Amino acid sequence: MSDRLAVAKTYKLYIGGKFPRSESGRVYRVNDAKGGFLANAPQGSRKDLREAVTAARKAFPGWSGATAYNRGQVLYRIAEMLEGRREQFVAEVTAAEGVPAKRAQALVDQAIDRWVWYAGWTDKLATVLGAANPVAGPYFSFTVPEPTGVVGVLAPQDSSLLGLVSTVAPAIAAGNTTVVVASRERPLPAISLSEVLGTSDLPGGVVNLVTGNAVELAPWLAAHADVNAVDLVGAPEILGTELERAAAGTVKRVFGAGRAGQEPDWTRPPGMERLRAFLEHKTVWHPQGV
Amino acid sequence: MPSGSTTTAQATDAVSGGPPPELTEASRDETSLRRFLHALPGIDQVGLEQRAATLATRSVKKDAKRWAIDAAISMVDLTTLEGADTPGKVRALTAKARRPDPEYPDVPPVGAVCVYPDLAGVAVRDLAGTGIGVASVATAFPSGRSNRQVKLADTAMAVEAGATEIDMVIDRGAFLTGRYGLVLEEIQAVKAACGDAHLKVILETGELATYDNVRRASWLALLAGADFIKTSTGKVSPAATLPVTHVMLQAVRDWHALTGEHRGVKPAGGIRGTKDAIRYLVAVREVAGPAWLTPRLFRFGASSLLNDLLMQRRRQLTGHYSGADYVSVD
Repeated sequence: MSDRLAVAKTYKLYIGGKFPRSESGRVYRVNDAKGGFLANAPQGSRKDLREAVTAARKAFPGWSGATAYNRGQVLYRIAEMLEGRREQFVAEVTAAEGVPAKRAQALVDQAIDRWVWYAGWTDKLATVLGAANPVAGPYFSFTVPEPTGVVGVLAPQDSSLLGLVSTVAPAIAAGNTTVVVASRERPLPAISLSEVLGTSDLPGGVVNLVTGNAVELAPWLAAHADVNAVDLVGAPEILGTELERAAAGTVKRVFGAGRAGQEPDWTRPPGMERLRAFLEHKTVWHPQGV
Repeated sequence: MPSGSTTTAQATDAVSGGPPPELTEASRDETSLRRFLHALPGIDQVGLEQRAATLATRSVKKDAKRWAIDAAISMVDLTTLEGADTPGKVRALTAKARRPDPEYPDVPPVGAVCVYPDLAGVAVRDLAGTGIGVASVATAFPSGRSNRQVKLADTAMAVEAGATEIDMVIDRGAFLTGRYGLVLEEIQAVKAACGDAHLKVILETGELATYDNVRRASWLALLAGADFIKTSTGKVSPAATLPVTHVMLQAVRDWHALTGEHRGVKPAGGIRGTKDAIRYLVAVREVAGPAWLTPRLFRFGASSLLNDLLMQRRRQLTGHYSGADYVSVD
């Protein structure tokens, strides 16, 4: 064995396409499943969250206005880059979740496959979820799905990569921009994902990742007036009702109402539930024959 | 809100012989003016920028922050200076000036509305009896490239329409080629054309190149009888910066020390956030003094700043962050 010193990393947040330190200057220890030191992660504050929301809002017109085809291309390219970092993700998932390497490998493969699956949905959403409505009148009436806006994702606390991908990918595939609060105990796969996104073609601000304590951050995210929807899957269970009430104050869409913090079996096919959750339906009535 | 009449009276005194002999002597002719302006102490650029940066780190919280937000709102000159301005847009702006946040009637009205001279009449009609000033830019804004008659006619048009404040631009070309007398005369002529209206003199610091020039231009404007000195038109980048505003605040402070008169400062352009605004207020307090923390002596030339101030104000009151969907579009 060499007597080389280990390089202990101190990671940063991912906001607006940049990697800033937390405004609060706080970091916390990230341990592996057995309690060994892995790295330091920034402990984001409500002000970091505010910056993230500002960045997401700024990125929204560009991302939601991009063609579905273009969004699909960008997402697919990210899947390619995830594939290139496969070994790193396997190691991180193994350490974070304490699963055997084989199992971790399967989880990472499935996460990449799921990213590809959602990438394929971008240009199919309008045809599958939209409609030409038969109406009793001389009108042409049609319905198109449009992204909800800025989505706050409280990422799953347990499933560090597959769960994260399964919550973030559908939101951005539909054209939303996101503010993601990563798992507190298992943030490293999320941070590595942010490093992948930072070097991909994804415009800055479409995904913003804040690591830290969901108990501290979730109430600010749920109450923020410039956030249009929240996904409560990684929310602290005990805060569920409070978060829903806060979200109602500014009429947010809430995904996972009544089951905050309850993670499904992420390895099962996800269906269209999350794609549908962050879309609004616009119906247009057009005088016929014009 | 107190009207600016005292400042106007003081400024008139200055021209009619109130100031100490060295200032009267300075504006006697071109040579003495040059001697006076070039004898002003030079500026330590590094020191100035560091001082501005240090003051900008001061943290203002809770009650002080709430006070600062309301103070800043009352100091905003709500501005629209676009080629596409219409009477409708000006009316929307005046409505916002009277009641910036309809959901919170306790928000103070803004300091003034700032428009082009041809639309000043619209703003004057809408704001009659509210105590909110109507500022009009004049003198071939923003470049100032025209002859004296045109500039004076421009000013007269705004004054006739009822503007209570005139924002003029100096002739930067003349200033940079050292023809200080010309600049001084022009400001004096516009001042005379203003009548009772307040005169704000725009130095366009982004085009003056050095801090020393900013100091000279500030003194030149003060000597000529400006009620306010204003950093920029907002059409040139960089517009207002903290160090430049420091220099101008020093000038009005020193002017007060020499003559006993209070003259105002207005940074304009590029101030978009509450955080920025509070930094400026800290600078005002520390450089000029607490007496300047009033809309009579300090204004922000801004348009998007007001919405951010309102959002921050709501954040303080409701306990959660607000969004752009909850304030009016302007």
